[in-house]
Amino acid sequence: MSSLAPTNADLSVDAPPPAPVRKGPGFSLNLRQSGIYLAFAAIVLLFTILTGGDLLAPQNISNIIVQNSYILILAIGMILIIIAGHIDLSVGSVVAACGAVAAVLMVEHSVPWPLAILITLVVGGVIGAWQGYWVAYFGIPAFIVTLAGMLLFRAVTLMILGNRGIGPFPDEVRTLSNGFIDGYLGNIGLGALGGADLLSLLVGVASVVGIVVVQWRARKGRQKYGQAVEPFPLFVTKIVVAAVLVMFVVIQLARFRNLPWVLVLLAALVLGYSVLTNKAVFGRQIYAIGGNLQAATLSGVKVKSVIFWIFVNMGVLSALAGIIFAGRLNQANPTAGNSFELDAIAAAFIGGAAVQGGVGKVVGAITGGLIMGVINNGMSLIGAESEEVMLVKGAVLLAAVAFDIWTKRRAGASR
Amino acid sequence: MSDTILRMRGISKTFPGVRALDDVNLEVLRGEIHAICGENGAGKSTLMKVLSGVYPHGEYDGEIEFDGEPVRFAGIRDSEHKGIVIIHQELALASNLSIAENIYLGNELAHRGMIDWNRTNAAAAELLDRVGLNENPVTPVLDLGVGKQQLVEIAKALSKKVRLLILDEPTAALNDDDSAHLLGLLRGLRDEGITCVIISHKLNEVLDIADRVTILRDGHTITTLPSEGLTEERIISGMVGRDLDHRFPPHTPSVGEEVLRVEDWTVHSPTQHGRVLVRDANLTLKRGEIVGLAGLMGAGRTELAMSIFGRSYGTNISGRLFKDGKEIKLRSVREAIEHGIAYATEDRKRYGLNLIEDIKRNVSAAGLSRLANGGWVDDNEEYKVAEGYRKSLNIKAPSVASITGKLSGGNQQKVVLAKWIFTDPDVLILDEPTRGIDVGAKYEIYTIINELADAGKAVLVISSELPELLGLCDRIYTLSAGRITGEVPRAEATQEGLMTLMTAGQEVPS
Repeated sequence: MSSLAPTNADLSVDAPPPAPVRKGPGFSLNLRQSGIYLAFAAIVLLFTILTGGDLLAPQNISNIIVQNSYILILAIGMILIIIAGHIDLSVGSVVAACGAVAAVLMVEHSVPWPLAILITLVVGGVIGAWQGYWVAYFGIPAFIVTLAGMLLFRAVTLMILGNRGIGPFPDEVRTLSNGFIDGYLGNIGLGALGGADLLSLLVGVASVVGIVVVQWRARKGRQKYGQAVEPFPLFVTKIVVAAVLVMFVVIQLARFRNLPWVLVLLAALVLGYSVLTNKAVFGRQIYAIGGNLQAATLSGVKVKSVIFWIFVNMGVLSALAGIIFAGRLNQANPTAGNSFELDAIAAAFIGGAAVQGGVGKVVGAITGGLIMGVINNGMSLIGAESEEVMLVKGAVLLAAVAFDIWTKRRAGASR
Repeated sequence: MSDTILRMRGISKTFPGVRALDDVNLEVLRGEIHAICGENGAGKSTLMKVLSGVYPHGEYDGEIEFDGEPVRFAGIRDSEHKGIVIIHQELALASNLSIAENIYLGNELAHRGMIDWNRTNAAAAELLDRVGLNENPVTPVLDLGVGKQQLVEIAKALSKKVRLLILDEPTAALNDDDSAHLLGLLRGLRDEGITCVIISHKLNEVLDIADRVTILRDGHTITTLPSEGLTEERIISGMVGRDLDHRFPPHTPSVGEEVLRVEDWTVHSPTQHGRVLVRDANLTLKRGEIVGLAGLMGAGRTELAMSIFGRSYGTNISGRLFKDGKEIKLRSVREAIEHGIAYATEDRKRYGLNLIEDIKRNVSAAGLSRLANGGWVDDNEEYKVAEGYRKSLNIKAPSVASITGKLSGGNQQKVVLAKWIFTDPDVLILDEPTRGIDVGAKYEIYTIINELADAGKAVLVISSELPELLGLCDRIYTLSAGRITGEVPRAEATQEGLMTLMTAGQEVPS
């Protein structure tokens, strides 16, 4: 190691005196990043008022989560692909094909359900590898490859299923899609709110404690390295808001039946993929590729391999969504997953992904998916027609991307 | 009617931070071939863009008189209307369209909005005859070599009733036969009364074809001379002689052992089949030494550097690389980085930085594995490393969380340098490390380069600015048309000497 090794900061440049460093506000509200959460809050508020509070009723919150779970799972995979600057139009067909594979295994061949799920996930991964190969190593634009995949895997679905649905699924799979955690610890009374499941409440409390501990340790770690951190009141406010939100949702769910299994699954996925995108070398490289492909290549990033693996990942998550969707309907259906790709792509863009790639967050994509879920749900509660729902969703998508481009242009003008 | 077809007076053009043209005067006589010579960045192309309306009236100062009347072009269509046509170095042909379609693109022979194909193809055939191109007008342009494409461009210019034809480096990408044909064609056009302005680095060619030569340097007109009796030496002495206007930090080199040796390095073009970009190049770099690589545009400097850096450019690369005396094979950028070779690009915005990300993520981009434990990045360490470079390299930004796209050119360059220093390389190839940055930041970059050499690294600096190479380097290689034409120690190097080597050997058949 020479004296220029990274830890030595001994390269002194003595010529011109350093210009006085302007202290920026630093923590001014980043509208482009936080706008999505404010929009989500506004939309929830709007529909809460319009539905007279029904939107946030215990059963309805449970419905929103369960009904949108497969789109949210797809959105996680999609945001990685969009950050890298690609797109996947085939996920709806892959959902159907994998649902069909799972059904054939479990229903027609009586394969034990855990093994059947594993095989289905592998099939999804192979489908992703197929598309990843053409995109990454052969150099066909993802738009074309996955458009072809959309047709190919729908055809595969029809070949497997013919024109019928296959079902019913084993109870365990249905529970994963539709069911709730058992109330092992029984109910406790919450005064005016009535009875609620104790285990759910404990999980909620544990989550809040987890959030506080992780955030606090991250803050301490940053301070130890002399990094600027948010002002303490802001830090506390953020944590309190998060804690209140988590506990509100958990209490409502506990009052209804319990925590849905898919919520547990989703929480694990969101957590895992957030860490992957923020902290893993692999995740960082996805951002580097989307931000500037040539610069990433010339920095030694194995671009082809990274692109290949995010498509494999998308395939596996599509298979998971396929199993959950089929389990929810209790049959694999040839038309399953129609237009899911559009919902997943819309979720990613509403959630703040940039059209050119390089920007986006897993939590943003989930929020984007929930925005559409709340619009769907809220509008059906107030009796809107489906064409009206479509109209509003289309407008929201356009507005979200227009906002993204507008903020970017404004930032560019201030350069 | 005067004998002067074009008179440009007091032309000045400023880009943010750079004065590209400063009170430039140019007079072109009717029916002559007028060459413009100058180093990279002397302002030749900018001047031609002013003339052709690429920079419209109002974006520059000064006056243009064409055919005796003042003209103010609002765009390239205006200048073409007057008969001024520019052919850029990068040809602007739509490769999937036919020759005839390209010739009449934007100027279609149409009747009531419908293209008359018979007339188009017949007229195109006539033009092709005039430029001596024996091809069917319906042939797609992508089936033609560069030399023939150049002729299509000229045919296109003729279709616009060209009176003043401007060619920017027309023979840079051509082989000798095609060059000779093109130059013969220009002479023929001159005899038909078409005036030509030609920008060229090939001085022998300039002397061969031009009637008069104007020399630019640093955005100033130096002189205009008749080519009769003119010598290459005279042109070179006008092109260089640039002031040593940057101060250079004092530096006493302590040169150590050889660290990288390149033998018989040959690189072919990835886009033009059979074209050789670098031929049989040999060079050595030693620890603690700053070595310069001088060459004019298109000499193959970047191609040489990038092909060494894990074959990141070029095809059919042959030759051998020795690191610390042992032969190595670098098949990818990753392998190059692992072998301690770093390459900082000449175009930091396109190839060097992720402009939408912050400083720390750019600094860590090439050496992320150094911050990672089992695939997980320690972002506190990342901050510490980036913060260290922000201080030591004097990157002027509020914090390492600042977005690189918002930094000035000099600070962006320092981020690029930090990125490569962090990979702890033994060999740093710096391609135009001070392009487009101000004098103060240049001094800082020079200081950093000196310190890198003092830390035992071998530094190869590619630069278009000869004074920079003379002020900074211990030894300078010259590259001309893909060949190493000289190796000059600092003590013996002069601008004239280097320029002679940089323009040498261009007539050698390839």
